[in-house]
Amino acid sequence: MSVNGMMEATMIPGSFSYHRPTSVADAVKLLASFGDEARPLAGGHSLVPMMKLRLATPGHLIDLHGVAGLKGIRRDANKIVIGAMTTQHELLGSDVIAASLPILQEAAEVIADPQVRYRGTIGGNVANGDPGNDMPALMMTLDASYRLEGANGTREVAASEFYQGAYFTALEPAEILTSISIPVPAAGHGYAYEKLKRKVGDYATAAAAVVLTMAGGKVASCAIGLTNLHETPLLAPDAAKAVIGTSLDAASLKRAAAAAEAIMSPAADARGPVEYRKHVGGVMVTRALQRAAQRAR
Amino acid sequence: MNDMTPTREQRTAALEGLGCKRKRVEDVRFIQGKGNYVDDLKLPGMLHGDFVRSPHAHARVKSINSEEALKVPGVLAVITAETLKTVNLAWMPTLAGDVQMVLADGKVLFQNQEVAFVVATDRYAADDGVAKVVVEYEPLPVIIDPFKSMATDAPVLREDLAGKTTGAHGPRKHHNHIFEWSVGDKELTDAAFKKADVTIKELISYQRVHPSPLETCQCVCSFDKIKGELTIWGTFQAPHVIRTVVSLIAKLPEQKIHVISPDIGGGFGNKVGAYPGYICAAVASIVTGKPVKWVEDRIENLTATSFARDYHMTTEVAATKEGKVMGLRVHVLADHGAFDACADPSKWPAGFFNIVTGSYDFPVAHLTVDGVYSNKAPGGVAYRCSFRVTEAAYCIERAMDILAQKLNMDPAELRMRNFIRREQFPYHSALGWEYDSGDYHTAMRKMMESTDYAALRQEQAEKRAAFKRGETREIMGLGVSFFTEIVGAGPSKNCDILGIAMFDSCEIRMHPTGAGIARMGTKSQGQGHETTWAQIIASEIGVPADNIMVEEGNTDTAPYGLGTYGSRSTPVAGAAIAMAARKIKAKAQMIAAYKLEVHEDDLEWDIDGFRVKGLPEKFMSMKDICWAAYNSVPPGMEPGLEAVSYYDPPNMTYPFGAYLCVLDIDVDTGAYKVRRFYALDDCGTRINPMIIEGQVHGGLTEAFAIAMGQEIRYDDTGNVVTGSFMDFFMPTAVETPHWETDFTVTPSPHHPIGAKGVGESPNVGGVPAFSNAVNDAFSFLGATHIQMPHDHWRNWKAAKNLGVFAAA
Amino acid sequence: MTKTHLTMKVNGNEVEGLVEPRTLLVHFIRENLQLTGTHVGCETTHCGACTVDIDGMSVKSCTMFAVQANGSDITTIEGMANADGSLSALQEGFRMMHGLQCGFCTPGMIIRAHRLLKESPSPTEAEIRAGIAGNICRCTGYQNIVKAIQYAAAKQNGIEYKEAAE
Repeated sequence: MSVNGMMEATMIPGSFSYHRPTSVADAVKLLASFGDEARPLAGGHSLVPMMKLRLATPGHLIDLHGVAGLKGIRRDANKIVIGAMTTQHELLGSDVIAASLPILQEAAEVIADPQVRYRGTIGGNVANGDPGNDMPALMMTLDASYRLEGANGTREVAASEFYQGAYFTALEPAEILTSISIPVPAAGHGYAYEKLKRKVGDYATAAAAVVLTMAGGKVASCAIGLTNLHETPLLAPDAAKAVIGTSLDAASLKRAAAAAEAIMSPAADARGPVEYRKHVGGVMVTRALQRAAQRAR
Repeated sequence: MNDMTPTREQRTAALEGLGCKRKRVEDVRFIQGKGNYVDDLKLPGMLHGDFVRSPHAHARVKSINSEEALKVPGVLAVITAETLKTVNLAWMPTLAGDVQMVLADGKVLFQNQEVAFVVATDRYAADDGVAKVVVEYEPLPVIIDPFKSMATDAPVLREDLAGKTTGAHGPRKHHNHIFEWSVGDKELTDAAFKKADVTIKELISYQRVHPSPLETCQCVCSFDKIKGELTIWGTFQAPHVIRTVVSLIAKLPEQKIHVISPDIGGGFGNKVGAYPGYICAAVASIVTGKPVKWVEDRIENLTATSFARDYHMTTEVAATKEGKVMGLRVHVLADHGAFDACADPSKWPAGFFNIVTGSYDFPVAHLTVDGVYSNKAPGGVAYRCSFRVTEAAYCIERAMDILAQKLNMDPAELRMRNFIRREQFPYHSALGWEYDSGDYHTAMRKMMESTDYAALRQEQAEKRAAFKRGETREIMGLGVSFFTEIVGAGPSKNCDILGIAMFDSCEIRMHPTGAGIARMGTKSQGQGHETTWAQIIASEIGVPADNIMVEEGNTDTAPYGLGTYGSRSTPVAGAAIAMAARKIKAKAQMIAAYKLEVHEDDLEWDIDGFRVKGLPEKFMSMKDICWAAYNSVPPGMEPGLEAVSYYDPPNMTYPFGAYLCVLDIDVDTGAYKVRRFYALDDCGTRINPMIIEGQVHGGLTEAFAIAMGQEIRYDDTGNVVTGSFMDFFMPTAVETPHWETDFTVTPSPHHPIGAKGVGESPNVGGVPAFSNAVNDAFSFLGATHIQMPHDHWRNWKAAKNLGVFAAA
Repeated sequence: MTKTHLTMKVNGNEVEGLVEPRTLLVHFIRENLQLTGTHVGCETTHCGACTVDIDGMSVKSCTMFAVQANGSDITTIEGMANADGSLSALQEGFRMMHGLQCGFCTPGMIIRAHRLLKESPSPTEAEIRAGIAGNICRCTGYQNIVKAIQYAAAKQNGIEYKEAAE
């Protein structure tokens, strides 16, 4: 966030009308009728700071906190379904998540700080399109899909097809992401979310998500996701391929890191220049693979 | 005497005087949310003011259109430089002898400079008004690199100084030059370098940072039209100075200006000077006849109020091959931003940078400083340090490590070899200071023993070998820092702020029932004066500290003082407190003599009263003396028991310390872990060890942030890229290391209670400890000087430049 | 902009207000309710000086609109003392362990620590540090704040507090 855009603003948002619908249908109706002027409000910890700096000036805020059916974490056959308004704090406290998707908790733990986690939602984190958010790459790694509900009905979009550019997603106008569906990884899977950051509360300098399974001391399946290393979250299939069938020996790890770095194009910012962030991205992939393998049964 | 009589130990303990870990008086209101900070103040009819600020670092202001802003409901006025010119306040003097625009007068000189002041009924309307003011700019070329400020084709920044070949501190060499300051002996120093066995030369830079207290700068100005009186509540570390400055520039009689500093949420030097917000709020109040509040937000605080440091120090040391230092030569390029708003005593344009000989016995030294303008925020201030002392300590402590490396000598050993010896005090340094007292060898030895320094070096040697064998990707660094600070500004012969000598003051009034009230010219922003000042009085006059109420910050009632910054409170006001207390004690002795019917000389002081020598049962407590002062004083003596002291210190004081930082760096990511930090401080007499420890923890944390990532950085078009807490490094409890504190006590011989002050020592000594540790970690790979801050990416870059990632 | 009516419970008392939707909760608390213990230290949701306890959650009140707290149950620093007016264990801990200097971060710290000790009644030092990582302090270096919280945890658990040797 460059300060240059903040010159006219101080810390008070512009005026807006506040709406608190009680159903998805009503929320969609409001978004449709106000169009560009309306923004949905989930946890608010991305949107409200932008509004205070007057970088976002919606005329209408549609608060989703009163909408029925957006909470809850449940197991549905071989999927975990998470309501979009589930907070990071709730994810961290969920036994269902602990048992089936521990990588979600490892990632939630390194998102922001305790207060932000009480309000920040998984829906907001995945739908915003902010390249710095942690959940998107994780969702891609887990082959998650998003349920989108809008004026034209309901549809499922795979996480891997959702991100199109910085702050640019497959979300159509007047559409809300209402839940996330994640296939339960195999029992005994190895996982790790490796994130380097300057301090607690910072976005990743670079982060990598790994989910894998081992068989006979060799990697049987693997998925790798990359956070804040591109204008969108990335899946690194070539990097994953480089380790499948291997015992994660030094040479294979090196090939995987190189394959991951080859698809990264992080922004140069206060966290460091491009070459540094790519290098660290590679290191995160390596360390995530090693930790995931250690966990695998 | 019987079993009920308190022992001497019990009586002393009951006073909670010097040396006691007295719990803080001020805590009671803060832990209940009943602090009284400026923004808590709400006055009837109060208005809010907010600034329109420049997006450009250098530009002409072609027009300011307030038409739409004035239509916003609640907006009452938009003040510009044109308005201020009618009262001659478009510009204001700085503490450094320069002038500064209050509002943009024809041009702007740094990003976020104040352009217009919108006054409205509440802060929401004020912000709406700010958003609607339309300013037309014509951008001009920008200077961000101070090394380019004096280029022959450098753009002119200060058109107001056109033709002025002399500034407040002497001749100016260039239109962007401010001053040249030099001290020491050039000839002798050049000679020493010519015959030296070994020399080192390095450009050591201390990056621009910002004090960033958690509470930003703010004020409420209320002009009473009927009485013609102006009351200002504000975040002022030096309220009396503000009153005098306002009186001079607003041409209001000083007795009609009431300045009140209530509770302040941290200062660290940020809140010493006057800012445009204070002036604009005052003018707005005078114009509207209503109170006007100005509260800056964080981005404004970081980008427009005074920065600290931005010193670029070309440093040379000459030494014998045995490692005895023979000469020091430093040239400093000081970037002051758009205006020289440095908060220094007036004769010291580079503060006390000439403490740069540090803890070492340099026979000769020569120092020159060139100050220059650039398109950055004006300043700089002393961010948790005495004036420019952090820069000086960083400079010499890095230089000693660089020299040690060149000589292939251990950095601790090199220091021991060159310390000023205990018997050399009072010590006259080659750059003009008389250090009062010190025992450096003892402190250093204590540090090395406590940390088992030798074992750490051994561990480092083993780790380095393992690194070279490819067994580990971590490198270990030991950062030694032995600083000598110069604080307690200061003696009137060399220290003044805008012409006012830098004494300080204390007034004590005892009540009939043995309690009292004391007021000082200092102003705590968290240092605990309400607690510690009472402890000094308690020990001096034998009244429990709990019975002494301490007040600071109201210029109507507090005696004139120069405020709290530069660790001057204990050295100067602390002395005034002791002296005022001794005046009270002297009068008390006369009253006791009269009441006990003896001669004064027959009395001796005993903890909390006077006792007749040889007649232990004849005793008069201070409590009883207070009562007697109001009803039965000796004939010819005035009743009452009060005293005031204005203390002009004979010298500065020189706290010192020995710090060691142990850290490990992961070369692949540049991430680091501070394994251990040991800080030994010698601040002379220790008033409250609990508070001293707290000050050291806090100062070390600020040092950690500065050394390891904090900076106010500009891109080359003058945009601030680290203007919020997103990128301006403020460590949380997770990153902040654990601190180990220790101490020695070498009293100041000239201070009435031997105390030297400690609040800023940890920032002064801490930064070099961290930076030396990082440099020490890399030194075996061939690095001589890696510039701070040492954030992750810079550590990685250093490793890369040293070939760590070269293909095997 | 038309104002909205809201009601909520603050420190056990029912309160109401008439505010613009954009009124930040921290401003409603400080200016409408005149509870100035909660502070503002930044505008980018980093510093935590504005932390309050809402419906069992630690929340940065500068990043929420007052209208969103309609019907909520809020505790601020002014509500931390015990029912009989005596200081809570945390408040006592902060004083005993010198966990504050300028006092500006203190209300947010205490309110956050209050919830932290409910999440985890016997936290380790690492858990405490992670638990207060949303609260910036410029004065103390956090070390004595950690001790203050450990003091309070011990007191709440009915155990004697032993200060760690340096």
